[in-house]
Amino acid sequence: MIRRNTIPFGPQHPVLPEPIQLRLVMEDEKIIEALPAIGYIHRGLEKIAEKKDFIQDVYLAERICGICSFMHSQNYCQGIESLMNLTVPDRGRYLRTIWAEIHRVHSHLLALGLLADSFGFENLFMQLWRTREIILDIMEQTAGGRVMLGTCCIGGVRKDISSAQATVVLRQLDQVQKECDEILPALLNDYSVKQRTVGVGVLPRDKAHELGAVGPVARASGIGMDYREQGYAAYPDLGFKKVVETAGDCYARTLVRVKEIAESIRMARLALEKAPQGPIAVPFKGNPTGEVLARIEQPRGELNFYIKGNGTRNLERFRVRTPTFANLPPLLHMLTGCQLADVPVIALSIDPCISCTER
Amino acid sequence: MATMLSNIMKNLGRKAATRLYPFEKRELPTTTRGHLDIEIDKCIFCGACQKRCPTNAINVTRDPKTWAVNHYACIVCGYCVEVCPKDCLLLRNEHLPQP
Amino acid sequence: MLTNVTEIPVTQLHGEVWALKQQGYRLVTLTCCDLGDAHDILYHFDKDYTLKHLRLRLPRGESLPSITDLFFAAVLVENEIQDLFGVTVAGMVVDYKGRFLLSEGAPVAPLNKPIGIGIDIRAKAPVAEGGKAS
Repeated sequence: MIRRNTIPFGPQHPVLPEPIQLRLVMEDEKIIEALPAIGYIHRGLEKIAEKKDFIQDVYLAERICGICSFMHSQNYCQGIESLMNLTVPDRGRYLRTIWAEIHRVHSHLLALGLLADSFGFENLFMQLWRTREIILDIMEQTAGGRVMLGTCCIGGVRKDISSAQATVVLRQLDQVQKECDEILPALLNDYSVKQRTVGVGVLPRDKAHELGAVGPVARASGIGMDYREQGYAAYPDLGFKKVVETAGDCYARTLVRVKEIAESIRMARLALEKAPQGPIAVPFKGNPTGEVLARIEQPRGELNFYIKGNGTRNLERFRVRTPTFANLPPLLHMLTGCQLADVPVIALSIDPCISCTER
Repeated sequence: MATMLSNIMKNLGRKAATRLYPFEKRELPTTTRGHLDIEIDKCIFCGACQKRCPTNAINVTRDPKTWAVNHYACIVCGYCVEVCPKDCLLLRNEHLPQP
Repeated sequence: MLTNVTEIPVTQLHGEVWALKQQGYRLVTLTCCDLGDAHDILYHFDKDYTLKHLRLRLPRGESLPSITDLFFAAVLVENEIQDLFGVTVAGMVVDYKGRFLLSEGAPVAPLNKPIGIGIDIRAKAPVAEGGKAS
């Protein structure tokens, strides 16, 4: 007779970077059922957005997440721009792409480092984060903040990258590429890493679709869904190629991220070289009216903002659906039937960001 | 296995990635947004920065003429610097010391 | 701009969602807006980057039928709507009973609009002595 136990995993746990509790119903070492409990850091961001005016909300949107901050403000600006029929100048589109792709590299390196930490490979974790430091330096030089860039504004961007800065950034991206080429094979080919990730937390394609998985989680299960294909910002000019894997396990999700780092560095370099000269932003007048569901591809997946304006300076409703919110139901499916020791690896393989999930 | 080993060997030959912080400080780029400062002589106390500030960190009064920023609330976004009609606000690149 | 919106009554919700599921749509999310006397609930679906929306007008006090039996992905967002808007969602697979995002002692239905402000058509509620209308 096997006894059932419930183990609370989190909200404070050595490997979890953010507060989420997973209530695991166990039979011996096997997980029968998993349920998330969130609400530890609900900040009421959607309510504040209604009280501030829509230009101030750009800075608010940027602070939804501390890792992929630029893309939140980019998505918000794209949503408002579509409500107000604004066209962003070419240079503005390119600069947005450059910062978004640099941000993606930094987010993926962070996620891979945390994954390495989750199975106790601390050396690799430190090395990946050392590489990430170069990216943070790039962002500080070009935008002024290491994580909160604050460069996106409605109608374009607020800061330009001069050609002297671009040369430095290209050189630093070379360095990032070189270090990634050294370290990432160690992550992919290591025997002990493969033991911990291959075949663990499998999410089949049909389940991924049914449970609404997005981003690297969906792409690792064989669903070729990447909103960059639809060509916002400067992606149509850069020859974007999406990365799709079919295995659906933790290793495939890692592989997707590793390949996306290379693709992002390539696109950031190309955009820096190809960016046309010209204005970086268009002026605008008036207030947004109407409703829109703005979408963007973030490092963790597809981000949706529902924005409803009523012709005043304040928004009627601002709703945020972050990728981790969509990836939690697939996570519950992955956890069911796995071993307790694999929970940290599986939880971190979806790259959870609970702060943006709760807003 | 061998790839990680070669990385470790390379690291032995490299100089340290960290620095001895309190003695050796990082040089900040000129673009860093450190903290908000004002050239108070140029200010006309119009209150444009107070109205636009996303976090209500700035407090301006016309009579008596005062301008104050709450550095704990300020997110150093630079929006006030853009809207200032007299260009008297500026972002300095060094961070404020801990009080 | 939001295009491809179908307005449906509450009774047809299950049938429409089932039809969309059969066509291979993926649930993106739900959005709830407070309209004063009713809640405006939008269901967003996606298939090959094409969005489709179902719009539901739910009068205040009525409960919303859950679609978690069709799309388990809706379980978190339905609990969130129940917490933040005070809408009762009936028949959820996992029901957190209003303690999903909010804890004990938190404001009740914080995302509803305050009475008598903005688009709200209801008369402004009388302010209680010494208290605030909220």
